[in-house]
Amino acid sequence: MTVEVQGIVRRFGGMAALDGVSLEVAAGEFVALLGPSGSGKTTLLRVLAGLEGSDAGRVRIAGRDMTGVPARERRIGVVFQHYALFRHMTVFDNIAFGLSVRPRRERPTRAETARRVRELLELVQIPDLENRYPHQISGGQRQRVALARALAIEPRLLLLDEPFGALDALVRRDVRRWVRDLHDRLGLATILVTHDQEEAMEMADRIAVMERGRIVQCDTPTALLRDPATAFVAGFVGGATRLTCNVRSGVAHFDPLPLPPVRVSLPDGEAQAFLRPSDILARRGASGAATVRLVREDAHGRPALVVAAGDTLLDATGEFLGRGDACRLTLRSGVVFGAGGARAELAPLQAAVAG
Amino acid sequence: MSQFRPATADPAWLRLSVAGVALLTALVLLVLPLAAVFTEALRRGLPAAWAAIAEPDTLAAIRLTLLVAVLTVPVNLVGGLAAAWCITKFDFPGKRVLVTLIELPFSVSPVISGLTFVLIFGAHGWLGEWLQARDIQVIFALPGLVLATIFVTFPFVARTVMPLMQEQGREEEEAAATLGAGGLSTFLRVTLPNVKWALLAGVLLCNARAMGEFGAVSVVSGHVRGETNTMPLHVEILYNEYQFSGAFAVAALLALLGLVTLGAKVVLERLAGRQAGGAA
Repeated sequence: MTVEVQGIVRRFGGMAALDGVSLEVAAGEFVALLGPSGSGKTTLLRVLAGLEGSDAGRVRIAGRDMTGVPARERRIGVVFQHYALFRHMTVFDNIAFGLSVRPRRERPTRAETARRVRELLELVQIPDLENRYPHQISGGQRQRVALARALAIEPRLLLLDEPFGALDALVRRDVRRWVRDLHDRLGLATILVTHDQEEAMEMADRIAVMERGRIVQCDTPTALLRDPATAFVAGFVGGATRLTCNVRSGVAHFDPLPLPPVRVSLPDGEAQAFLRPSDILARRGASGAATVRLVREDAHGRPALVVAAGDTLLDATGEFLGRGDACRLTLRSGVVFGAGGARAELAPLQAAVAG
Repeated sequence: MSQFRPATADPAWLRLSVAGVALLTALVLLVLPLAAVFTEALRRGLPAAWAAIAEPDTLAAIRLTLLVAVLTVPVNLVGGLAAAWCITKFDFPGKRVLVTLIELPFSVSPVISGLTFVLIFGAHGWLGEWLQARDIQVIFALPGLVLATIFVTFPFVARTVMPLMQEQGREEEEAAATLGAGGLSTFLRVTLPNVKWALLAGVLLCNARAMGEFGAVSVVSGHVRGETNTMPLHVEILYNEYQFSGAFAVAALLALLGLVTLGAKVVLERLAGRQAGGAA
């Protein structure tokens, strides 16, 4: 089952919350909508669910045009940000709701409904909670109920609106993996809305980065990190430091920062460089240039440095350096965006000289 | 040894005196008058009070009062719920105007409410001739009493249900929609159960006021004994005729109805609180 979103526009007053969004999600695919708050990701989710109308464009699900189809006929499972469990119903009744509101001839028998609900309770690993009320269970359990309730209608598409935000950090990691595994086992298409890049990277096959009502790039997590399409994407994913530089005849200068000039094929003018810790190499050097402020270990046990260069703090890598050591910085790689959004990889100047 | 005091705790003398003032006010303004009514009513013993109530005119007043309440409450239940639902679940132009209009009966003197009905339906009113030609009596008759009471008690249901609906938002209804529920089953299975306790409390308040309403009803009633006299009006008539024991007996009965309503409301709130439990 595929989801095709073509040129969706949604305006609130004069503001375009969605400004021509197009996206395709294949059967069995897990796609994350990633963006800061106000970028339109939740609005897109609500348009897909049929909870929000659109001013232009169309949504097709499994080839069927969904424009004007009300939410209740779409059979799309939605897990809301705050779960929106029915507070006066038990866990059992919450999960059974989607089955029990079906028209009489499609409605399963009481015994069949009970069997299905218990199956779902097993699936989300809370078989003992069926008689509890939502306020009697924990946040993580509530989320499982919300998921089971959404899955009860046997949706072809599952929409998750920031579903992990209300969980504490310890639970969150496990739940993410578990949800992704569930997605793989059930073979649904899933769209996840999140502002947490780590969450998107960990869970999704592809990530659609949204900025001000548009999808600026939709790619695999690796491709996003390797080839950010715009300065916004480069700044939003991967934890790079943004530095302003000046390009003069193919060479970027970082004055007054103590960084060496680098070769970059961009027109003259101001540009934005995005440098990851691994792009900046610190070596022991003469005093005056830069100073190591902090030495930590990264997740792989390699030293991660925080280096003070003038007033700017940079994340860098480097061996055999301690706190307070003076150092010299070189740039090994990085992405630079020039005026007008032109993009270039930077290259060390020495290499050019040597070549 | 220094004693720890929470940041929000005021000194003991202040707490005690504020609590004292509140209790004293409640005692003097609320409990004493009620006690006086019951004492006066029972001054000559229960049988005398009972005899005063058993007067045909008084019985007619009681019947009429209950009839007006029975007709008023369902109308305001449906109307108030509909208004609250529109206002909290939808955005539409004129929403603020509607919110203000709902409060109108609270801010306008009931006498004026009654007068507007006379102006519209009375013999010299806008619809007076039309109604007369068809031999329909509104003013000085049951329809007028019911209309005036509906108007005065309209805000009770809407105002008790609205804050709760507002607090609960639309998320559960949206969830119901994505699960395939239509408008009616969403309302019956999600919206209504969520507000049922508040709704019952609103209905009880509405009922208490419907039985006790004086001003608006006084204007449209015409005070025909045994016919258009409700209990509050009857109390006034008896009192003005120096039939104190009768007046106080009926007043005590009316007060008792109000107290029962209040008690029922308290019980309901307890039940609601127990069911909501630790819900956030």
